Amino acid sequence: MPETRMLYRRVDEPGLASIETYRRRGGYRSLTRTVKEIEPEELLTTLQDSGLRGRGGAGFSMGKKASFLPRGDTDKFLCCNADESEPGAFKDRELMQKNPHQLIEGVAIAAIAAGAGWAFIFIRGEYAEVADILEGAVAEAYGAGFLGADILGSGQRVELVVHRGAGAYICGEETALLDSLEGKRGNPRLKPPFPAIQGLYGGPTLINNVETLSNVPHIVANGADWFKGFGTEQSPGTKVVSVSGCVQRPGNYEIELGIPSRELIYGLAGGPPEGREVKAWFPGGSSAPVLTAAELDLPYSFEALADAGSMLGSGSIIVADDQVSIPALALRTARFYHHESCGKCTPCREGTNWTVKMLERVLSREATPMDLDIIASVQDNIIGHCLCVLGDSMAMPVSSMVKKFRPEFEEYIRRVASDSPGLGSDGAAGLHALTGTSSLAPASGPHA
Amino acid sequence: MSAEERRRLIEAMRPEDAEPVPQLHQVDVPDELRERIEAAMAKYPQVRSAALPALWAVQRHYGWCTPEGMREAAAVMGVTPAYLESLATFYDLFRTSPVARHQVLVCHNISCWLRGADDLIGALCEAAGIDAHEADHGGANSPDGEVFVKGFECMGACDLAPMASIDERYYGPLDTDDARAAVEQLRAGSEVLPGKALAERPAAGGPEPDPDPRVKEVESGDA
Repeated sequence: MPETRMLYRRVDEPGLASIETYRRRGGYRSLTRTVKEIEPEELLTTLQDSGLRGRGGAGFSMGKKASFLPRGDTDKFLCCNADESEPGAFKDRELMQKNPHQLIEGVAIAAIAAGAGWAFIFIRGEYAEVADILEGAVAEAYGAGFLGADILGSGQRVELVVHRGAGAYICGEETALLDSLEGKRGNPRLKPPFPAIQGLYGGPTLINNVETLSNVPHIVANGADWFKGFGTEQSPGTKVVSVSGCVQRPGNYEIELGIPSRELIYGLAGGPPEGREVKAWFPGGSSAPVLTAAELDLPYSFEALADAGSMLGSGSIIVADDQVSIPALALRTARFYHHESCGKCTPCREGTNWTVKMLERVLSREATPMDLDIIASVQDNIIGHCLCVLGDSMAMPVSSMVKKFRPEFEEYIRRVASDSPGLGSDGAAGLHALTGTSSLAPASGPHA
Repeated sequence: MSAEERRRLIEAMRPEDAEPVPQLHQVDVPDELRERIEAAMAKYPQVRSAALPALWAVQRHYGWCTPEGMREAAAVMGVTPAYLESLATFYDLFRTSPVARHQVLVCHNISCWLRGADDLIGALCEAAGIDAHEADHGGANSPDGEVFVKGFECMGACDLAPMASIDERYYGPLDTDDARAAVEQLRAGSEVLPGKALAERPAAGGPEPDPDPRVKEVESGDA
């Protein structure tokens, strides 16, 4: 059974985004039990026992993270990271669009577990229509007494604000998100102190991804053992995986972690178009080192992908088929991170800039063999040298492409060496085969 | 300005030259704008958190973040206009120059690019009379002031690739015919790309058989 739908159960049921339909399906029972019957400590224990790992990329235990917040009366905060901006990721958008109350219930329960009186859903500004849906749902939840100063007369308080970003990938980084939410430019902060100790407005803050929090009502309703019945021992539960790029049925698929990656790409997403083969794939968004066709049988799990030198990340697969030029893909990837670098740390600001310039040289057939080594060394000098991992997120995939597809990069360079200087953009027909046909920028098209 | 001139200018600055926070009586804030910003300020434990909502309000009111609009918002919030301007120039969705009536952001990131985003931008620009290179590098307005086209980074809709956000609503997958139709529809003020909107689309790549043999639905005590 390739798909196991927990968060996506009857996802296209008409009216699911409304509180009536959600409640008819049993929604808000977990929150009701939480405020009436369950002590916060017991709630934390259940979340920890469930083994739920963060679905935003890092995969850290959600319950453990919540338990790091100090107890007592200080003002604490919960931030739901809905700034989904990783290229290839679109699961949070659909979870919020189709089933906003599942998230709101999860936020309210997690806030109570962490003792946070204020909760925020930081949603990227591009998701305007989803933010509208979410705001409507939050208003419904307030109206029904599931949010506010006195939830269902229990004395528990959770205020929930939907906060719209304004277009900056960096705000998905948790400390940049906090700065942005405080009304500043989204620059990452030095850690430690970690947000659990000193986060929003200087107070202890729990930050969780949309999908992570959407799991919470199900865990509270059915218990940790039930939840551990899905997925693998180290990664219990289901995972919504976004599959896109060169596949016939791009979309979100909810699976139990550990199924073969091939099953996801071919079985569910339909594989590449007729007559084409997978050449390279990002298993965890564009920040993940690429894998090759030979690695399609890897189990899709945090552990197996890490062992293979890549990562599951946010669970977003992008497939490139055998028509795609890998150097052009590398440039397309690098340009994104160059654009999104906030500029605070030099290795990222300069490293992304020079990587783009060098890859442009490769694609315009002006590079020398030495350039490939310089590209590789620039990536090594970014990784681990900045406040956040934005620069690393370019360095890892670009390095992997140069390493795994080096002959293809060398092909561009060999043409330079063997051609006379007179062969410019109108050179031999063979050169055209190496470049895109787009008029937008030299060699910007995907196809070799 | 040369480096030497800049150095002299900076050296000549005194603390009292810093731009003051404009006072409400010095600006003429439209009531609607003021109400929106004050409502946002009331929603947060700390008012500065309303800075992005305030800029959104300015952009909705004036079409873009005009210097006057930012000054008005600054007066309501009690911050300097420069503070808001530093935000407006940081975030990609805020415009700090005049913008056409309709905004078309076209994703040019990996998944859309693999599925023809370059052609989509090209067709949109051709239909709107815009230089495609300019549109893909920062955005450009059509000469008639009706359409603004901008190549944009991943908007989280790779299932619709290649896609575009038109006046804050997602549409996809789009081909070059859709591009031409969209520009015509925007100019005519009619419904844009019926049947192509995200809101009308089922999950997981399209309609499924019911029950779908590939799908196990989990019974949960909660929704």
